[in-house]
Amino acid sequence: MKEMFIILFSVIFVDNFVLSKFLGICPFLGVSKKLNTAMGMSMAVILVMGMSSAITYPINTFLLVPNGLEYLRTIVFILVIAALVQSIETIIKKLLPPLYDALGVYLPLITTNCAVLGVVLLNISNSLSFWGSVVNGVGAGIGFMLAMVLFAGVRARLEKADVPKFLRGLPITLIAASIVSVSFMGFKGIIEKLFA
Amino acid sequence: MSDKKLTPLKNFTKGILAENPVLRLVLGTCPALAVTTTGKNGLGMGLAATFVLLGSNIVISLLRNVIPNKVRIPSFIVIIAGFVSIVQMLMKAYLQDLDRSLGIFIPLIVVNCIILARAEMFASKNSVLPSMIDALGMGAGFTAALVLMGSIREILGNGSFFDLSLPVLRSGGVIEPILIFILPPGGFFVFGILIALSQKLTQKLDKNAARKELKISCGMCKGCEAADNCSEKEG
Repeated sequence: MKEMFIILFSVIFVDNFVLSKFLGICPFLGVSKKLNTAMGMSMAVILVMGMSSAITYPINTFLLVPNGLEYLRTIVFILVIAALVQSIETIIKKLLPPLYDALGVYLPLITTNCAVLGVVLLNISNSLSFWGSVVNGVGAGIGFMLAMVLFAGVRARLEKADVPKFLRGLPITLIAASIVSVSFMGFKGIIEKLFA
Repeated sequence: MSDKKLTPLKNFTKGILAENPVLRLVLGTCPALAVTTTGKNGLGMGLAATFVLLGSNIVISLLRNVIPNKVRIPSFIVIIAGFVSIVQMLMKAYLQDLDRSLGIFIPLIVVNCIILARAEMFASKNSVLPSMIDALGMGAGFTAALVLMGSIREILGNGSFFDLSLPVLRSGGVIEPILIFILPPGGFFVFGILIALSQKLTQKLDKNAARKELKISCGMCKGCEAADNCSEKEG
């Protein structure tokens, strides 16, 4: 149990996917303009990350590794993620129309989100257990949401700020991201203190 | 983009300057930020991506009349993933140090916007030779941007240049290295400044050239998360 909490805490705060691992920067910069789109995108990411972590673990352990097919991992995982996203979209469209209205537009974008492929590859390279992988996947999604929501707030303020002309648009956004990322550096070492 | 009159030279240089994938089109930002802690890593990542880009552009332009339009994106992804696996295996065999420092960003070339964008925008519409030149130009632009960023971060953050320690800037020298530049915040900061510079420079150039409209050439706005930035840049 303690192990799961360590995984969860470190993936949300210390090794935040967006701000310290640089995974999922495109949606972070693209979709974080408004709070509600940021939330919708993040919820979809949490869902897909958790499910793809759960699905790729058995595929890797029972299919690829015993047959010596580790070199096919990249191809297999990207196809699995694409198929998963497609089926999630179809299923919630049929069964949960309100959820589809909330998340539907973000789902197709997620296939090309490097954070999703990143989390399943990191699960394997950190040799996590099944539940470890799922927790890591969901935690990575929560970390993504935290970064997105925080940054949506920062960006709302930026809109009103008087920014020098040459920094307007993307550059000031990136510099703001850099400062948010500094604040996340403050979490370094928190794991050792909390779970010592 | 698929301008018929594009000369080979123009086709090559557009990837480096006018349509530099990282600094002008803001594609492939994840590897650009993550691996550029040293110039060498930037170079390695750039060359790996160039290889994948070249391979996938050649294959896709050869198969452009065979692949049905409806399943083209999945087919492109499989072709790209194939080349990425080749790079992964080659790196594991011959460049283990680089492989370790680039980590999961090698397999993540699969989902790199640049490669899919070039496949969709160029290779699937042009014959093999222009596609090869396009891939080389775009790859060179990507590599140049990554090396530039990696060098800046390495010089300021570590006091060295391609592992060569600089007498004035190394730790214990006249100016202490500013460690934060090789940490994540430094990545965002340097990238922001570089984009500001490239915007400033192109504004100057554009004033003479009657301000050419730079449309983000991704063409995949529907499937790309950077779509928001696209419209921003078009305006």
